[in-house]
Amino acid sequence: MAEANQPGIDVRNLWKVFGPNAKAMVPLLKQGLSKAELNGRHGHVLGLRNVNITMPAGAIQVIMGLSGSGKSTLIRHINRLVDPTAGEILVGDEDVVKMGVHELREFRRHKTAMVFQKFALLPHRNVLENVVYGLEIQGVPRRRQVEAAIRWIDRVGLAGFEKHYPNQLSGGMQQRVGLARALANDAPILLMDEAFSALDPLIRTDMQTVLLDIQKEIRKTIVFITHDLDEALRLGDRIAILRDGEVVQQGTSQDIVLRPADDYVKAFVKEVSRGRVVYVEAVMAPFRPADRSLATVPRQTTLDAAANVLMQHCCEHLTVMDEAGTPVGQISLRQLLRAIVTPADDIG
Amino acid sequence: MDSFWKFPTMDADTLRLLKKNIDEGFRAFTRAYGDSIENVFNPLQSFLIWAERLLLATPWPVVIAAVAVIAWIASRSMKIVAGCVATLLVIGWFDMWDDTMKTVSMIFVCTVLAIVIGIPIGIGMARSNRLQSIVNPVLDVMQTMPSFVYLIPVVMLLGIGRVPGVIAVVIYAVPPMIRLANLGIRMVDKDVLEAADAFGSSSWQKLRNVQLPLALPTIMAGVNQTIMMALSMVVIASMIGVQGLGQPVLKAIANQYFTLGVFNGLAIVGIAIIFDRISQAYGSRLQKHREIVHG
Repeated sequence: MAEANQPGIDVRNLWKVFGPNAKAMVPLLKQGLSKAELNGRHGHVLGLRNVNITMPAGAIQVIMGLSGSGKSTLIRHINRLVDPTAGEILVGDEDVVKMGVHELREFRRHKTAMVFQKFALLPHRNVLENVVYGLEIQGVPRRRQVEAAIRWIDRVGLAGFEKHYPNQLSGGMQQRVGLARALANDAPILLMDEAFSALDPLIRTDMQTVLLDIQKEIRKTIVFITHDLDEALRLGDRIAILRDGEVVQQGTSQDIVLRPADDYVKAFVKEVSRGRVVYVEAVMAPFRPADRSLATVPRQTTLDAAANVLMQHCCEHLTVMDEAGTPVGQISLRQLLRAIVTPADDIG
Repeated sequence: MDSFWKFPTMDADTLRLLKKNIDEGFRAFTRAYGDSIENVFNPLQSFLIWAERLLLATPWPVVIAAVAVIAWIASRSMKIVAGCVATLLVIGWFDMWDDTMKTVSMIFVCTVLAIVIGIPIGIGMARSNRLQSIVNPVLDVMQTMPSFVYLIPVVMLLGIGRVPGVIAVVIYAVPPMIRLANLGIRMVDKDVLEAADAFGSSSWQKLRNVQLPLALPTIMAGVNQTIMMALSMVVIASMIGVQGLGQPVLKAIANQYFTLGVFNGLAIVGIAIIFDRISQAYGSRLQKHREIVHG
């Protein structure tokens, strides 16, 4: 099932203005009209301002931002639950913005599946009937619907609950149904709108693990919306941070944590436990053959994991190896600690 | 100063002429189209006669057994079944069986008609705010206009008999069906609708899989209201020749037969309660999936 040729998503020059005369506002915004002026003088609300994101195929793209930053609006553009004011959304080589009603329906049926913050399950259908929904809409024969549904219900850990109604399940279990419903669709793109935000912290971590495990098999293009930076760093192959409808930074988790683009991002990053995010390669010292240690770690080891290894071996240094097994650097406990603890000048 | 104390009116001759012209116009319309309009309603007439014959020709024990089975399927409650059977037995013992069957058959036809007319209009209203703003005042008129007033043109067009009776009853009883169908569909959770959209549902798939099932409890409340309102029209309908429990009541009013009026009135109450309990129990059983909540 792991196909390499999943489509990526390319969001280009995307603008969204809410209001009766939205189209006319874009040129004004391009001339530098601010969000407050747009609202005060023209009575329109800015949703997205010139968003450009290239989402790689088969990877998890996280879009992070606080409420009101436009992240839910952005994800709804990808399957056009919201129509853009200007811009392009390329999926593979198709422009979603240019699709007609019929084309769009087929696109939603076969190319995308979505998981919602409030689950949005059909309350009058049991778990099995909820999970087959996407396939039923596609007109897949009933036997194949049920086969796929049973497989995914089993995969998300809900075997035995097929005949339960959503109301009989806890929040975490309901979202497993939501996830199974989206996966059963077997669409190459999975859109997750704050999918785990309504769940308890423990269950949320649990669901993140489920998602990462499944993603190892299916390699879909996943767009994941969240307001939680820890969640973003854990899940995201790439992360884009949105503020007031604008992308303020995008890159890998390492980029975000080590090189925050502005004070806004810095404020977020300060609360993150760096030990679980930053890799040793980012903070290691150059390798000196004299210090070569028996304890080695791959270079993409988190600081926490490296500290653990170092503690178990009681030696001065860890040798950091690259994928080929050649030493590329070394790191001491002192260096590790300094990197894990938030730098002093950032506190207060 | 005169016109301050006495409302200035249209001059009497003009008013008389206006009324006369409207009346004559309608009479001419009746003469010209009465027959063809009657023909349009012929299938309804046959349906009514068929329903009435069915209930009258069936032996009473079979009817009672059928009601018991329906009550059981709808409610799964022995109490409701026993109540229905007991009510029917008492009605029969007091020699009102045939009239009751005629009334039940008419109510059945009216309800079916109200559902067939009401649900599509309700769906249309839920989809279009414009249609809603047009239909709502019409429904207001239908519900508040005294029924005698629209009995006049109906009788002029179709004469007296079953069909005009059914039309009058349906006009009075269909508004709650339309209103509650509209309300039920409009109240469907926006998040669930968005999910249906996101999976690429066509609007027919959305209606069938999401909107109608989620609106069903509200629609059932509409059916229940429609039945109750139809029953309350039984006596008025009897004035234009609809047979059933209404006619003895009418006779009782004219001749001051107190007991006759009370007995037949109570029989109407009895079948109203049977209809109500069965349809309500069915409606709440439809919501069963909502009741068992995760603790």
